[in-house]
Amino acid sequence: METTNYQNFRIDAENICVDYNGKVALYDANLRLKPGQICGLVGMNGAGKTTFFNALTGFVNISKGKIRINGESVRSAQKDQSIAYVPQNEGIDNQFPVNVWDVVMMGRYGSMNILRCPRESDVQAVKDAIKRVDLTDHLSTPIGNLSGGQRKRTFLARAIAQRASILLLDEPFSGVDIRTEKLISELFIQFKNEGKTILLSTHDMIHVREFCDLVLLINKTVVAYGETSEVFTPENITSTFGGISPDFLFGPES
Amino acid sequence: MDFCSFLTIDTFITDPLTHDFMRKALFMSSLVAAVCGFLSSFLTLKGWALMGDAVSHSVMPGVVVAYALGLPFSLGAFIFGVGSVALIGFIKQKSRVKEDTVIGLVFTGFFALGIVLVSKIKSNIDLHSILFGSPLGISLSDVKQTLIISLLVVLLLSVFRKDLMLYCFDPRHAKTVGINVFCLHYLLLTCLSLAAVVGLQSVGIILVVAMLITPGATAYLLTDQFDNMTIISVLSAIISSVIGIYVSFWFDLETGGSIVLAQTFIFLFAFLFAPRYGVFKFKKLFSGYNR
Repeated sequence: METTNYQNFRIDAENICVDYNGKVALYDANLRLKPGQICGLVGMNGAGKTTFFNALTGFVNISKGKIRINGESVRSAQKDQSIAYVPQNEGIDNQFPVNVWDVVMMGRYGSMNILRCPRESDVQAVKDAIKRVDLTDHLSTPIGNLSGGQRKRTFLARAIAQRASILLLDEPFSGVDIRTEKLISELFIQFKNEGKTILLSTHDMIHVREFCDLVLLINKTVVAYGETSEVFTPENITSTFGGISPDFLFGPES
Repeated sequence: MDFCSFLTIDTFITDPLTHDFMRKALFMSSLVAAVCGFLSSFLTLKGWALMGDAVSHSVMPGVVVAYALGLPFSLGAFIFGVGSVALIGFIKQKSRVKEDTVIGLVFTGFFALGIVLVSKIKSNIDLHSILFGSPLGISLSDVKQTLIISLLVVLLLSVFRKDLMLYCFDPRHAKTVGINVFCLHYLLLTCLSLAAVVGLQSVGIILVVAMLITPGATAYLLTDQFDNMTIISVLSAIISSVIGIYVSFWFDLETGGSIVLAQTFIFLFAFLFAPRYGVFKFKKLFSGYNR
């Protein structure tokens, strides 16, 4: 019974704690997401958003708690290509000598042989992904020559090429142009219809209201979690942002 | 005998090749240059220049201990090279001292230990040849050893080329798609220690640092493609070695120093005249280049 219950959730994080050399970054955090759900991860800088992502991708080990991805361990999820991570633009070395095609192809590495030789299916997956983010004209453009929005779309294409069922996006709307923002919004709706689960961190409260079915407010631990309409209240936001009024975050008209 | 009146392009190239030691030196240095050049592109992209510096200095006591015990130099160097990196990681994790400081203090400590050991172990071990290399006095067993280690490093780097590139670029993505990042980290360190061992024969401990840094930096200025960067890095390293050895033969200069100087000049050339990233960008000459 218990196991069947797990299977219903794409992400099931239970009381997870992460510490870096004894310094607690996240404690007693819980999150359960089903297929087709979009969840916003909201918190201040240093509240543990990136740590949460790192724990879900297995990039850091959790010191306590349990994470199940599609009912399996994080390691199995890595092998199954279940999770794709779209980094912040700032987290990437823009001068690295790779072009759009190379980056998107990296999404297929986990499915390839040890030499990472692309098969016809990999090439097709990369082409399709690049087409979906509208970068077909930039296949061989080095990432250093792309705009912030184009670069964001490149990494989104990498996640699409990976064909993961869960997408983790770190600040998907920061530093992007209107065109990219519109394209990402459209993709979110498509992903939702495809049954993908999305967890995105953002500073932009308007985007949370616009896209997210659920919201997870964190400040080292979960402050509030649930349906956006219920949880995204001025009181909860104030306690998440250490006493800062939501008027300051949304603007007075909100 | 006037030096210049006898020297034509033809004799400039062929004369040194009549000597067995020169043929051996050319072969060995080119081999080492290729290995270090290949590795150099990864180190440049990973930001591990200082780590290359640390490992190549830290192998010093290993070489001396191996000599004293009658073991192959490479074994001692390898153990101390990897050991220094493990120690750097340990101190960094357990203290508040910043990484570059830890690297600096560990490698100087190891290096000093090596020098003290050389003076204590009264042997005919030649400090000068360890520090500055002795490519012109390479024995057949050295050639064999260098050949085996070089082939091993080139094989490892070739097989895991794309994984290492991804590890340098975006380790989190590598981990997310199930690639063992921990193993790649130590693979790169192992290759670095092995490259330091082979470089030690050719240019010596001090100058091997340049061999591990300069070719990658030169290539980084010349291309936006990872594969091209690797090729340019290897070629520039080999060309520098050949130029360095010829120049040292004809002008009676220190061989290791000449090789590294040749590399530095190639870097300076790229720094000044690289089509896109040079100081004087030749944009017009490359107007078809996709900007």
